[in-house]
Amino acid sequence: MSTPLVLTYVGFLIMAAVAICGGLIAVSARNLIRAALGLILSFVGVAGLYFVLEAEFIAVVQILVYVGAISILVLFAVMLTRGLMRRDLSAQNSQWIAALVVALVLFSALLLVATGTNWKVAETKIAGDLIPKLGEQLMTTYLLPFEAVSLLLLAALVGAIVIARE
Amino acid sequence: MIPLPFYLVIAAALFCVGLYGALARRNAIAILIGIELMLNAVNLNLVAFWRYIKPASPTMDLAGQVFALFVVTLAAAEAAIGLALVIAIYRSRDTVNVEDVDLMKW
Repeated sequence: MSTPLVLTYVGFLIMAAVAICGGLIAVSARNLIRAALGLILSFVGVAGLYFVLEAEFIAVVQILVYVGAISILVLFAVMLTRGLMRRDLSAQNSQWIAALVVALVLFSALLLVATGTNWKVAETKIAGDLIPKLGEQLMTTYLLPFEAVSLLLLAALVGAIVIARE
Repeated sequence: MIPLPFYLVIAAALFCVGLYGALARRNAIAILIGIELMLNAVNLNLVAFWRYIKPASPTMDLAGQVFALFVVTLAAAEAAIGLALVIAIYRSRDTVNVEDVDLMKW
């Protein structure tokens, strides 16, 4: 894997812009369908960033689970509860200025930490195919959380059906 | 390689956008969209740290990716339950505006 550095930067910047723009659409669009489509855009951008980070498996999982499943779930929920918001009502509640201030303060704090900390970065090359190793570790080192998460998914599945049915 | 802070700044921006969405929106589904954005930002951080920082023990060298996978699973469960709750509220109260759902407020 010897992609030129310039190309890596270009890919990073494009994907970062897609992720952030999608996120901004998702939180600002009045129309909820548009917000959900912005969410999909943001998910695709983050998946692209995973590709730039050479975490291909996570990138594909991101597209499968987020773009393929969660976004469709959100779109279904939007369509099932459609046309309810009164037209004259704004999409934001009365505390949106406070929320904006909180978000901006948190962002500047995170910015200070991210740029000010001396990260102990190790220049590592990825050796070979990581996916078999990932599967092996899921079945050995991380077996207990793996099984717990499968139980959680089952509980969530049954719970969602019980809650949502009439 | 691209410096690590680049990823951290993008993730921070995404997290704060999601936080604003979760705090400021009226519609319950829009709040869930904000929460999904925040979970995504955290995952981006996990994978970036996995790529750039070597763990102390060599058996933990995929911990960041495994953690990200678990977060994805939890996000899926959270979305399913959250949207089921929204639909249940819509059925019983005919609204998805969180300001109208004040049964437990006094």
